[in-house]
Amino acid sequence: MRRWRFVARRLVVLVASLLVASLVIFAALYLAPGTPLAALSGGQPLPPASVQVLEQRYHLNQSFPAQYWYWLENALHGNLGVSITLRENVSTLIASRIWTTAGLVLYASLIIVVLGIGLGVVSGLRPGPFDGGVLVVTAVCAAIPAFVAAIALIIVFAVKLGWFPALGNGTGFLDNVRHFTLPAVSLATASLAIVARVTRASVRQEADREHVQTAVSRGIPARQVIRRHILRNAAVPITTITGITTASLIAVAAVVEVAFSLNGLGAYLVQAAETKDIAVVQGISLLLVTAFVVVNLLTDLICAVLDPRLALTDSPR
Amino acid sequence: MTTVRAAGETAASRRGVALLRATGPAGIASATVISAATFAAAFGPLLAPYDPDLPNLSLAWAGPVGGHLLGYDFEGRDVLSRLLAGAQSSMLGPLAVVILSVTAGTLLAVTAAWRRGVSDAVISSGLNVLFAFPGILLAILAAAVFGAGLPAAAIALSVAYLPYVARVLRGAALRERNQPYVAALEVQGASATAICLRHVIPNIGPLIVAQATILFGYAMVDLAAVSFLGLGVQPPTANWGVMIAENQDGLLLGHPLPAVAAGLCIVAVVIAVNVLGERLFDQARAARG
Amino acid sequence: MSDLPLLEAVGLTVLLEVNGARRAVLRDVSLALRPGEAVGLVGESGSGKSMTARAMGRLLPPGAEVRGSIRFGGTDVGGLAGADLRRYRSQVAMIFQDPRAHVNPVRRIGDFLTEALRSNHAVPRAQARRRAVDMLAQVGIEDGTRRLRQYPHQMSGGMLQRIMIAAALLTGPRLLLADEPTTALDVTTQAEVMAILDNLRRRSGLAMLFITHDLELAAAICDRTAVMYAGQIVEVRASALLHSDPLHPYTAALAAARPDITRTMHRLRAIPGRPLSAFEAPAAECAFAPRCPHVAGVCRAAVPGLVELAGGVSRCARANELRGQLEVTPGG
Repeated sequence: MRRWRFVARRLVVLVASLLVASLVIFAALYLAPGTPLAALSGGQPLPPASVQVLEQRYHLNQSFPAQYWYWLENALHGNLGVSITLRENVSTLIASRIWTTAGLVLYASLIIVVLGIGLGVVSGLRPGPFDGGVLVVTAVCAAIPAFVAAIALIIVFAVKLGWFPALGNGTGFLDNVRHFTLPAVSLATASLAIVARVTRASVRQEADREHVQTAVSRGIPARQVIRRHILRNAAVPITTITGITTASLIAVAAVVEVAFSLNGLGAYLVQAAETKDIAVVQGISLLLVTAFVVVNLLTDLICAVLDPRLALTDSPR
Repeated sequence: MTTVRAAGETAASRRGVALLRATGPAGIASATVISAATFAAAFGPLLAPYDPDLPNLSLAWAGPVGGHLLGYDFEGRDVLSRLLAGAQSSMLGPLAVVILSVTAGTLLAVTAAWRRGVSDAVISSGLNVLFAFPGILLAILAAAVFGAGLPAAAIALSVAYLPYVARVLRGAALRERNQPYVAALEVQGASATAICLRHVIPNIGPLIVAQATILFGYAMVDLAAVSFLGLGVQPPTANWGVMIAENQDGLLLGHPLPAVAAGLCIVAVVIAVNVLGERLFDQARAARG
Repeated sequence: MSDLPLLEAVGLTVLLEVNGARRAVLRDVSLALRPGEAVGLVGESGSGKSMTARAMGRLLPPGAEVRGSIRFGGTDVGGLAGADLRRYRSQVAMIFQDPRAHVNPVRRIGDFLTEALRSNHAVPRAQARRRAVDMLAQVGIEDGTRRLRQYPHQMSGGMLQRIMIAAALLTGPRLLLADEPTTALDVTTQAEVMAILDNLRRRSGLAMLFITHDLELAAAICDRTAVMYAGQIVEVRASALLHSDPLHPYTAALAAARPDITRTMHRLRAIPGRPLSAFEAPAAECAFAPRCPHVAGVCRAAVPGLVELAGGVSRCARANELRGQLEVTPGG
């Protein structure tokens, strides 16, 4: 019973959070210097017919709350407006690019989970030279921003070794995977290091706990002790940091997409920001913010399942 | 032999040096790197051996020769000079972000922790909304609304970091507020502002410093990324993030040096800041006891 | 009661790395427990009592150096490994001081109780749960089936300690090492848990090593009591005689230091100085000498050996001389 209340409370916070965030995104139209009309047209002069169309579509003659309401209602129905530069529906433009970004983020997340958690667990359970090496490597990698990693990877693997392409999406699933490998690794580098460090620290911390002694004193085999008492207990901080870093990938993906000329949402967002295509910026921002908040919520929920004491608290994390 | 103190040596600076020495050799190495970068930021344009802004396309991508230790970039400018000049925007941007978010964060956190009740609820809810916006996203949004440029990006990042800073500091401020000495001061009639300014904030000072240091690293990475995207510092202004973007074509042409050099500068400073920040965090925790 | 010892430690010396140097935490400890016997182990912090139990339970930190021997039913415990070591652990159970820290907070009580049975004794799940419920009833927890599904944070410290006892006894051990099981509990709960321990022990013929800093508590349920100081055993005696006829000045001082609830005390009798840890003890004299009211030249000449006396054992160089003079007079 208590668990459902916890989930319900979190969902309420999520919806409230998204509503306010959407308001901020919507209000961007008004924060821009000049009139909303100027912002929507990207600062370009428009013929009166187009002005009328815009005024009608965005209800520019009505009050702010009303405009917000119309915009939100449309957004929830999948109608995010029209791109002023490409003269197409924003939703269509998003749909054609969303799988690039999603694929990239998923690929990078996979690398982070397998390598990051894997290295962290091995390093945490075995103090020694391997552990020392992991510490140094992760300290360096945690400081490498995605676009710097991109540069390094392009030089080594695309130019010198020619194993992977340096640009573009590729065609067909396998070719896509090949094209997305360097971008995914760039995206994953810094996050992988952070996850590995936190995992290692958590595993170490849990291994020192008294209840592990209890299990050992009862003759539980070592492998079971590691699985059920050390790793299981370290699962919460590990899940938390993995969730946080995965969520952050959603935003940083834009940088990697630009660096590798990938046809994704992030690259398109940057383009739209440069050309002041506000409708597109708003649409993609709304989508990315939603994804970000949802991933964070899922992380919280998984943690609550892993550690039932968390379901008793009110505030997130 | 004489007991005259060297001019300018105050109790605070002695404490600072002692704190630094306590962070160990890695801490000192990091502090050295950061100082070098700060020095370059302050005096870069003066130190640059050649003009960082003058293009000379006939020399584009030329390799290291003579006094040009790092060769030329895509427009024929000396890379080393450009790095030194670029230190200014590359370091000042994150500094501004840190100052803004830490100041605002401290004020909000201490106010929320002190007043508790409704004020705390309002501030916390407000900050909770900001958690929904990743830094880079907010910076891109700001660029779309206000136009590309460093100030908009820096302010956007400060706002995006605000909830994280405030959450950490609010916890610490709450702990301080619940200490017996605070109640004692209140009973003696000290005002809330006085207690906060003269006792609470100085006591969470080490944590603030540690947080600010780590935040500098994040700000540097995010700002460089935004500049790389073309939405932050605008070319031809020298900036490490911009340099990577400008010289990216060189990678495929067999001239990786300019982009790599700029990347290394960023990584070096961020590693230094992370190492120092971690050490400072340990110190802050130890001081809390 | 058979005379062959169930567990016997002979000349047990344990060295640990403390701040980079090898230091002794136990020095020449010899103690024997007979089947079904309850032996108390009393001492202040740093005396080595916990360490003795850990050495017996093979729970020393990695890197600890162990000299001397511990034999269980004749077999050397130090050499056990793998399946043999796990079998030993089912026979020698241990319960700890802070139950909340010693029970995994993210797993259910049922898992905690049945874990050892299911992994080491191949008991199927349903049967293990039934046995757990029965054992819970024996430690005074009635609605066992419901409790099995709960988590540790939903229970009080006293209840958790009873659950820990139940878990320890489920595998049918022959010896129970109890490391200050009641120290972290309030007085009323303490009494309940002590009663349960005593009861179960007598019913199942379990031997027990009961560690505590409280001399009276040990005397209450243990037939014999050993006193430790600075990593050494300084006296072993029948509990009843420990108060009326102690054989070592430290024991007398410990007993005298406890305020008597029936009399008015004008000043508490503390032992002057502070207790030494094993690695602080001097190499060539009696460790208690600096604080002892009966110290003499012979005490400073060499580390005193164990002297058998009046059915007990004492590590006092002047044990024979001081016999009968070590009165426990509460302060007045």
